[in-house]
Amino acid sequence: MASSTPCVALHDVSVVYQGDDGREVHALEGVSLSIAQGEFVAIAGPSGCGKTTILKLVSGLMPATRGRVLIDGAPVRGPQKNVGMAFQNPTLLPWRNALENVLLPLEVVEPHRRAFRQKKREYEGRALELLKLVGLDGFANKPPYQLSGGMQQRVSLCRALIHEPEILLLDEPFAALDAFTREELWGVLQSLWQARRCTVILVTHDLREAVFLATTVYVMSKRPGRLTHVTHIELPRPRAPEHMFEPRFNDYVHDIYTRIGEVRI
Amino acid sequence: MKPASPLRRILPPVVAIILFFLIWEVGCLVLGVDEFILPRPSVAIAAYFQWQEAIWPNALQTLFTTLVGLGLAILAGTVIGALIGYSALIYDALYPLLVAFNSIPKAALVPVFVIWFGVGTLPAVLIAFLISFFPIAVNVATGIATVEPELRDVLRSLGASKLDLFLKVGFPRTLPYFFASLKVAVTLAFVGSVVAELGASNRGIGNMMVIASSRFDVPLVFAGLMVVALMGIALYAAFAFLERRVVSWAYR
Ligand SMILES: Nc1ncnc2c1ncn2[C@@H]1O[C@H](COP(=O)(O)OP(=O)(O)OP(=O)(O)O)[C@@H](O)[C@H]1O
Ligand SMILES: [Mg+2]
Repeated sequence: MASSTPCVALHDVSVVYQGDDGREVHALEGVSLSIAQGEFVAIAGPSGCGKTTILKLVSGLMPATRGRVLIDGAPVRGPQKNVGMAFQNPTLLPWRNALENVLLPLEVVEPHRRAFRQKKREYEGRALELLKLVGLDGFANKPPYQLSGGMQQRVSLCRALIHEPEILLLDEPFAALDAFTREELWGVLQSLWQARRCTVILVTHDLREAVFLATTVYVMSKRPGRLTHVTHIELPRPRAPEHMFEPRFNDYVHDIYTRIGEVRI
Repeated sequence: MKPASPLRRILPPVVAIILFFLIWEVGCLVLGVDEFILPRPSVAIAAYFQWQEAIWPNALQTLFTTLVGLGLAILAGTVIGALIGYSALIYDALYPLLVAFNSIPKAALVPVFVIWFGVGTLPAVLIAFLISFFPIAVNVATGIATVEPELRDVLRSLGASKLDLFLKVGFPRTLPYFFASLKVAVTLAFVGSVVAELGASNRGIGNMMVIASSRFDVPLVFAGLMVVALMGIALYAAFAFLERRVVSWAYR
């Protein structure tokens, strides 16, 4: 594959939902963006502007009404196997313990699916390592209801990563967490991304989160959602919590904050 | 939640049952109720021991009938339930029909089945099947139709097939509903097979009770009733035990 082919590309994409009452909801209008392999993109925008919709398009969960969605240059026609997704809610299967939840993608996605029985030990080792990485050492056998919301969200993150997807789609994965846990997980996510160099699209309400993690931050307008502004974050890596007190960091946050203020009106 | 101690779980029902029989026994004695009307439990139990060699083959016959009927109901109920749970079209098409069938008093079908299949085991099996089918189908359908879209999206975003979706989400998600329905269905199935045996069989507890009552042996009728009730409790308990084992995650 030529390095110039973007990993994810949206060309003039619009999405119209058919509401229950028959009225049309224009969720996205004329969205174009191009994400390079290994880029960490954050998308911020007011509630209901279509951020989740973008992730659903990229993951192949739903088709665009108009326009084209491409992954590695090929149009997305259905669910993608090289994509990992974490939702705003943990969405763990309640009948599986943490470890089994993390293993789920390996039971479904090829080529792991075929090898699952033979390589179960190896896969379990991999899952346990991930769980350890997000600070869940010793919780592998706990069912979801015995885990706190933050712990469940970590498990969900592990599940999104276990099959080493090329593209990681994160829908406000940290929104429901307390500030300490959230910032701790930013660090975890950053090091995971640096180690794997996968492409990440992170939807967030939190501008500090966006600036801390992303290489590129997109700002969307309220419905119908459009991309109104792009900021490249040129801060050195790895970024550490103390960097958040530096003026450079805060300039970025403030600048994006102002842009969002403009689109809200 | 801490599981209740064994004593706390077993004692209350045992005490309740003993009290029930005690009140029955003493009530009959005090009021001087005729044995042909309502035999005391001790008399019924005595009748059981007197006739137990005759009772057990009949009881096993009824148990067999019930289990075959229930087994068929589980098969058909799961399949139909899964179909109407998955497809809104099939749901819309079949639901009125199912409700209509379920509204028919099953006892009214016994003579019809006798005309079709003659006196024997088959009518009883069919009645047990018909009476226990509906709760299973409805519960399986509910379990499948109410799968959270988020859970479905998790699987779909991985490119899971419809079969994967069923095996990894739909099926486990439905198990609690399934077991809840089994506990209802098994007692209903007993009712069905005994009702059918009353008029359409030459074997089984129901048949035995008809013969006993024609001889005015009311204590034996009640002994039969007790045996049916006991088998009902035993199967219910077996399913409840299985349920605790298989779907413990649903009881937190
Ligand atoms: N299935 C649906 N049917 C009808 N309308 C929908 C559907 N899903 C989303 N919408 C509408 O599309 C718009 C965009 O939804 P989306 O979930 O993408 O927003 P969002 O940016 O993720 O919002 P939030 O930040 O609150 O999660 C919303 O106005 C929503 O009402
Ligand atoms: Mg959203």
